[in-house]
Amino acid sequence: MENFPLFLIISSIVKILIIAHMLIIGVMVMIWAERRVSGWMQDRLGPNRVGPQGLLQPIADGLKFMFKEDLIPNHVDKPLYVLAPAMLLVPALITVAVVPFGSSIELFGETINLQIADLNIGILYILAITSLGVYGVVLGAWASNNKYSLLGGLRSSAQMISYELTLGLGIIGILMLTSSLSLRTIAIEQGAYPWQWNFLIHFPAFLAFTTAMFAETNRLPFDLAEAEQELVAGYHTEYSSMKFAMFFMAEYMNMIVGSAVVVTLFLGGWHFFGLENVGGPVWSGIISFGIFFVKTAIFLFVFIWVRWTLPRFRYDQLMNFGWKFLLPVALTSIVVTGTLWITTGSRLVVGIGNVVAAFIVVSIVAGLLVMQPPKPAIQDSERQITPSALDAIE
Amino acid sequence: MNPEQILFFLFGAVSLIGAIAVISFRHPIYSALSLIVTFFAQAGLFVLLGAHFVAAVQVIVYAGAIMVLFLFVIMLLNLGTLSAKGAISGKLKGFAVILGILLAIEGVYIAVNAINDPPDASAEAATESVNTTTYNIGELLFNEYLLPFEVTSLILLAALIGVIVLVKRESQAENEIQ
Repeated sequence: MENFPLFLIISSIVKILIIAHMLIIGVMVMIWAERRVSGWMQDRLGPNRVGPQGLLQPIADGLKFMFKEDLIPNHVDKPLYVLAPAMLLVPALITVAVVPFGSSIELFGETINLQIADLNIGILYILAITSLGVYGVVLGAWASNNKYSLLGGLRSSAQMISYELTLGLGIIGILMLTSSLSLRTIAIEQGAYPWQWNFLIHFPAFLAFTTAMFAETNRLPFDLAEAEQELVAGYHTEYSSMKFAMFFMAEYMNMIVGSAVVVTLFLGGWHFFGLENVGGPVWSGIISFGIFFVKTAIFLFVFIWVRWTLPRFRYDQLMNFGWKFLLPVALTSIVVTGTLWITTGSRLVVGIGNVVAAFIVVSIVAGLLVMQPPKPAIQDSERQITPSALDAIE
Repeated sequence: MNPEQILFFLFGAVSLIGAIAVISFRHPIYSALSLIVTFFAQAGLFVLLGAHFVAAVQVIVYAGAIMVLFLFVIMLLNLGTLSAKGAISGKLKGFAVILGILLAIEGVYIAVNAINDPPDASAEAATESVNTTTYNIGELLFNEYLLPFEVTSLILLAALIGVIVLVKRESQAENEIQ
């Protein structure tokens, strides 16, 4: 047993414990932050009674959820109804395993990478696991045996499949320039200064990826799956108590993980003006973790900011936007990045070329849409899907 | 048994149970879910073989995209529980029996081959190159198998155009009725 990697196992367990707890605490802080920030943006107070500045409000909420009756309606498909919240929460939890949240720490003569698992297919792992999140929504909706839930689930599955394409295509430019699928390598390849980070080189892809990520997390302006005015509460209408809380937690966990992924891929990971190299082998690792943490937190604020700024899309707008704007932009970004990188080999040229090409593509698409003859008042897609789906349920 | 063997039997068992569940469940949604479980177990087997890239693609394409579409269709059509009779007609049954026998012969053939000629050092060599499988697949696809790769993309394009043409024709016919 001389080669038994005891140190590796212990350090991995410690890392997993820290990150899992940070995620759950992060969810609580986000729930508080969302309500306080929305209050601030709408010029009202928000919850400020429980604890200082209302910080203990999520704990009060959690306790309340636990003591609520866990109601399982008679008309539901019980196995799937119980399974669905977990199927949404687990992918959200395990995605974080490949996110590098800092450089490395040297302890007891060993180097510990601040990352749970440095998979050589890190990005593909993230895409694979996020694509599973849709099952929780769809199965929860179907198992509820309720027409509003089902409509929410159908909307959500169509939306997630559509935006997943952009999500996957948006990162290919980065892969071409980094020639690695490992998130750690991608983070290291980005230099210390903001103008060396990927979001400037792949600016259109960055915008497309971020937008698609908003759609994947089912956040406003993409939360058609739970549009309150139309669908009561969408896919979680029939859920109560902790099962509802699990849906709720999964949404916020997805946001946190998504922000961390964007920071890693596009915003330079733990780099910030060389600050991450200050201090010894231990302190530099801790500082890099702090930088990553702050960047993720800022991006999470953007999530909340967008939610209280933009109104919800209509369903046809959502599909048009995804297929006619985001997808072409992501595709052009791949072609332009590949061509310019092979011919010139300069990141500056690639960056400028990307922006120009995206501008041209968006103008062309917008022009084509304007020139289209106006559609009849009732749209085909709406007329076909909604009533027949309603009939089918009844 | 080393951990890898334990995992192999675990994934193999889950894969088989899932596959049997697909054809045993009466409800299409449960069948579809069992198929997803099988895909996952197979992805696990790919990881054990050191083919991380194939495993990820398996999950992304089959579990993440195709099965979501399956579920979407099942829900949209609201397919109920299949009744015992009438689900499989006589002709289909004969076809199924022939296919089953063919598959069984194949399985026996592979098993006999594996027992007579067990793989040895090649497996270890494969696990050594774990970190380069993605690279190797890319190189093979874009050098040696470039033509088949491009032909496949053309076939997919043809399927895409076919779908658009069919949908267009349908909506035109509907407009004419109105």
